[in-house]
Amino acid sequence: MFAEVVSVSAPTSVSAAGGPDCHLMSGCGFPAPGAEIFVFEDIFTLQLASLEFGFSKVALLLLLGVVAVVGFFTYAFRKPKLVPRGAQNIGEVGYVFVRDGIAKETIGHGGEKFVPFLFSFFFFVWILNFFGILPGAQLPATSIFAIPVAFALIVYFTWVPLGMIKQGPIKFFTNMMFPPGVPKPMYILLAPIELISNILVRPFTHAVRLFANMFAGHLLLATFSIAAFYLISASVIGIVGSVASFVVTVALTGFEAFIQALQAYIFTLLAAVYIGSALHAEH
Amino acid sequence: MKVVAAVSAASEEMPSVLAVPVDELIIGLIAFLIVFGALGKFALPKIKATLDERADAIEGGLQRAEEAQAEASRVLEEYKEQLASAREEASAIRTQAQADRSSMVEEAKNEARHAAAQVTAAAEAQMAADRAQAMSTLTRQVGELSVELASKVVGESLTDDARVRSTVDAFLDDLERQASN
Repeated sequence: MFAEVVSVSAPTSVSAAGGPDCHLMSGCGFPAPGAEIFVFEDIFTLQLASLEFGFSKVALLLLLGVVAVVGFFTYAFRKPKLVPRGAQNIGEVGYVFVRDGIAKETIGHGGEKFVPFLFSFFFFVWILNFFGILPGAQLPATSIFAIPVAFALIVYFTWVPLGMIKQGPIKFFTNMMFPPGVPKPMYILLAPIELISNILVRPFTHAVRLFANMFAGHLLLATFSIAAFYLISASVIGIVGSVASFVVTVALTGFEAFIQALQAYIFTLLAAVYIGSALHAEH
Repeated sequence: MKVVAAVSAASEEMPSVLAVPVDELIIGLIAFLIVFGALGKFALPKIKATLDERADAIEGGLQRAEEAQAEASRVLEEYKEQLASAREEASAIRTQAQADRSSMVEEAKNEARHAAAQVTAAAEAQMAADRAQAMSTLTRQVGELSVELASKVVGESLTDDARVRSTVDAFLDDLERQASN
């Protein structure tokens, strides 16, 4: 799998998708972007035992994200004052948002303990999403499937053991499979569905929801920015199309900014919902 | 055949976007754990403590204000009580003074009355003494006059009854006049 990634030569810029001279009427077809725009060459590789770590643009963005999130909040909360100012003010808004808007609201009793966990997810995922419209980065790190999968796995292996501890290893599953208030025969149908949807499908959808949104958004932005470049040509339709594509790219960038924050929120909210379901069995 | 080969070549070259390379997965896991570790260990406990402290300060401030208000109303109550007791005391003192005054007046009156009675008694005693003295003087004079009268009577002609009678009458008149004086 890894070897395959290395073998692909990644495009170095959008214009290179079809070459610098690939325009309408230059005898060049529209170089529609595909899955290849999500594949990057390794900057270097690290051999650890039998596993080879490829340090690509994705890893670089993750590193940047770590530095940005940890750096900002460490700076903002370095000497917190009772009367906040500057960065502390901004950081506090974020903290209070996660604490009151996500942790307390969704988990309820016992939610305060999970604020750091949810806070880290919200802001880390957000900055990784935000790299999609950050000039120079222009790739949401979360559009690389392995990243949301890693995050979803962390959430999964948090709430499942938590539920088994809080509700008991057997009770956790039976509470899940036999929700109260349902006619007894329905359990024949409901129990397997609940088990599969909670234990198997949940982590998958949790990861895919974030990945697919970021993937699609990035593809859309790439398509319109390539179109804006490609349509530059000595023809009315070309100029109009190019300008229109550019305008759409700008509008989509704004839209993406919204989607990035929203998806980070949804990912974190779902993590909170799962943790809440582990802490308190359905009544 | 050719197309199929091309597709398979492409798929060989281009991994599915749903592929999860282990190295990327691990890098993703580590990246999050660093963020969680750093924020959860250093940055977030600080801000949590500050927010708690702030909530505490606000709540504490409210409580302190409440306490101060309670203290103020307690002091006011105390002050009012003191004022009322002071007023009561003043009115008691006034009443007492009034009572004292009337008793003093009464005493003075009694004293005056007593003194007046004493003066009256003294005067009466004086009068009685004067009278006794006058009586004794009179009695003495009556004797002397009787002797004088008797000698006068003896000196006159005892046969002249009318003269004797008139002399006695004159003497008695004289005596009466003297007494009334």
